[in-house]
Amino acid sequence: MTVGLTHFLVVSTLLFSMGLYAIITRKNAILVLMGIELILNSANINFVAFSRFGNFGYSGHLVALFVIVLAAAEAAIALAIVLNIYKNMSTVNVDEIDNLRD
Amino acid sequence: MYESTLINLSLFILLLPLLGFVVTLLLGKKVKSVFIFENLIIILTFFSSVYLLYSKLANFRTTKISSELEWFGFNNFITGTKLSINLGFMIDNITAIMLFVVALISMLVHLYSIEYMKGDERYNRYFAYLGIFTFSMNGIVLTNNILMMYIFWELVGLSSYLLIGFWFEKKTAADAGKKAFIVNRIGDIGMFAGILILFLTYQTFSFDKIFSSISSGVLPFNSDFWLTVTGILLFCGAIGKSAQFPLHVWLPDAMEGPTPVSALIHAATMVAAGVYLVVRIFGLLTADAMLFIGVIGMISAFIPATIALTQNDIKKVLAYSTVSQLGYMIMALGVGAYQFAFFHLVTHAFFKAALFLGSGSVIHAMHHEQDIRKMGGLRNKMPLTYWTFVISSLAISGIPLTSGFLSKDGIIASSMAFANLTGHYLFPIFSLVVALLTAFYMFRLIILTFHGEPRDIHKFEHAHESPFLMVMPLVLLAGLSIFIWYTPNPLNSEQGWILSKWIEKPTVFTPERSRFDFMKSSSDEENNIKQSYLDAEVYKEAMHSAHYPAMILSELMAILGILFAFIVYQWKKINADSIADKIKPLYNFSLNKWYFDEIYNKTFVAFTIGLSKVLAWFDAKIIDGMVNGSAFLTKHFSFFIGNFDKYVIDGIVNFTAYFNGFIGLLVRRIQTGKVQSYLALVIFSLVILLFIFK
Repeated sequence: MTVGLTHFLVVSTLLFSMGLYAIITRKNAILVLMGIELILNSANINFVAFSRFGNFGYSGHLVALFVIVLAAAEAAIALAIVLNIYKNMSTVNVDEIDNLRD
Repeated sequence: MYESTLINLSLFILLLPLLGFVVTLLLGKKVKSVFIFENLIIILTFFSSVYLLYSKLANFRTTKISSELEWFGFNNFITGTKLSINLGFMIDNITAIMLFVVALISMLVHLYSIEYMKGDERYNRYFAYLGIFTFSMNGIVLTNNILMMYIFWELVGLSSYLLIGFWFEKKTAADAGKKAFIVNRIGDIGMFAGILILFLTYQTFSFDKIFSSISSGVLPFNSDFWLTVTGILLFCGAIGKSAQFPLHVWLPDAMEGPTPVSALIHAATMVAAGVYLVVRIFGLLTADAMLFIGVIGMISAFIPATIALTQNDIKKVLAYSTVSQLGYMIMALGVGAYQFAFFHLVTHAFFKAALFLGSGSVIHAMHHEQDIRKMGGLRNKMPLTYWTFVISSLAISGIPLTSGFLSKDGIIASSMAFANLTGHYLFPIFSLVVALLTAFYMFRLIILTFHGEPRDIHKFEHAHESPFLMVMPLVLLAGLSIFIWYTPNPLNSEQGWILSKWIEKPTVFTPERSRFDFMKSSSDEENNIKQSYLDAEVYKEAMHSAHYPAMILSELMAILGILFAFIVYQWKKINADSIADKIKPLYNFSLNKWYFDEIYNKTFVAFTIGLSKVLAWFDAKIIDGMVNGSAFLTKHFSFFIGNFDKYVIDGIVNFTAYFNGFIGLLVRRIQTGKVQSYLALVIFSLVILLFIFK
């Protein structure tokens, strides 16, 4: 059995779904951030897979590299935000951070 | 002396009494002695009018001075013309003489009233009213246009109303004031209609302009008939104001006012305003209009004379004699005796004022007793009042050497000449009969009041001669009833200065075809000057041939009348009561004033009251019903509208609010503020959108 595009897409879909699930259900902000990382990585798998099986040259790989860099920057900023939230509200539970409602 | 000086002087004379009126009325309650100011004002007015008369006669005897200014104007933008309404003065000799008469009598009455009205609670207000009367009378006299005359005419009516009803606590006085006002209004409606016709035709109110238009052939509605109608309509004003038949009923009732007022207004000046009006419009009267005026005057001279025979109230007798004498003047104008009419106006003003003030003196002495049956024997107690009364009565009866003789004889002679020229013989006959009646009732009055034995001893004993301020006017006025002021020849007034020089000869402007034959214009061929008809040969001849018969007949009548009065009342050869019993119906007819009041009450007054009742019913039921009905409808409609507002409109508004609230409630659930639920929602929606737009 050869590993084809479908397998990659299935793995990435699973990864995406797990990431989405983590974002929606986790109460801890850190875990939500981790869910976002999962979604980004599932996208990376898609890029690389399409690059490998499609006729696009190396552009998919390049975009994946960009995404990894982006994810690093995002993580830095997002963690800084979470730290600030914790400093202000002494919690990282996203359910309790509902100031937007008012 | 310039003409403008006279104009300014006349403006001064006009406005002075107005100042007196305003000041006296405003300060009357606070300053008790303000009446002195009013009296000073009127004395100043008198001397100004003397000066005006003197300078008019000395410097401008033959010129007519007039001046006018625009009151307001209407621009006609279609034709580009301007219609101006002017106010103005015109001073001719008649104006100056009339101003003098008004001012003199007004002044004397003012002075007289100081004593007569003493102790009245509205003393100052009385003088204020006299002031406004003098003001409005001067206005009538001075004006050069008929509109201004109408304005002052009504003002005179107002002051007459105020003064008749001066003692308004008495119901009869209040009623008399009302009656005078209303009856005058009836005449004024006619006058107003006449003014409207004139203005419609000539677009001006000025006498001179109207006359010149008539003489150039412009007639109302282009017909002689309408000119006649206009003349008669204008004369209606005079019928009201001069108390002519059939509107004479107000004057005797007007005697409810204070006696000096009766002398000033209801004998000497205001009632003469009607005669003055006819004198002013004389130029536009056609033959038919003149005949109408003559007949009215004749009737008004005769009927009141018969009524005066039996009246027992001293003032009522004088009142009826006033109507009768005014009838003489009006009749004189009707028969073309223009100058005698005005002359009689002047002489009558003096001796009638003297008679009224004399009766006031008697009434004052008798403690407000006016019934001559309770007087008698006052001759020795009040010699001055008696003698002035006798002189004035001789004058009104037309006895030679008095002023009344001059003017009355002139009127009778003119009516005779007129009868000879035109064949209307009723005029001289009636005027002679009235002369007889006048002499009789005047001397009946004198004998009953002053001669014989006192019939009310109690009141007689308290009677006394009146104080100086009351007697002085009497003596002055009686003095003015002597011939010497008017003519050097006591038997021929034509030679006197007042008739030959002062009173201007009338000019007739009506078309030739609508005049009496003797008034058709004849010109002096040699000098080619248009003459007044008075100078025409035919009229002069008629007057000449009528002169002596008229004088003899009128003297005969007057002496007969006086003699008869003496026989009946002084020597009692004939018992007055037995005559009265014999001709009971006639006696009652006269005593009840020909039942004029009763007839008017039964017809016009009853009709008016009936009409008002119908109208009142109409008002109460129909108009009020309509108003109430509309109120009812409105009320119920608004009730409906109110409920509609409350339930439907408010319901819609509230419903939108509730609905929005409800939607808000639904949607609010989504707005949790929780990031994760938002995200879940976004993803859920995204999935749905993917399915829809796949």
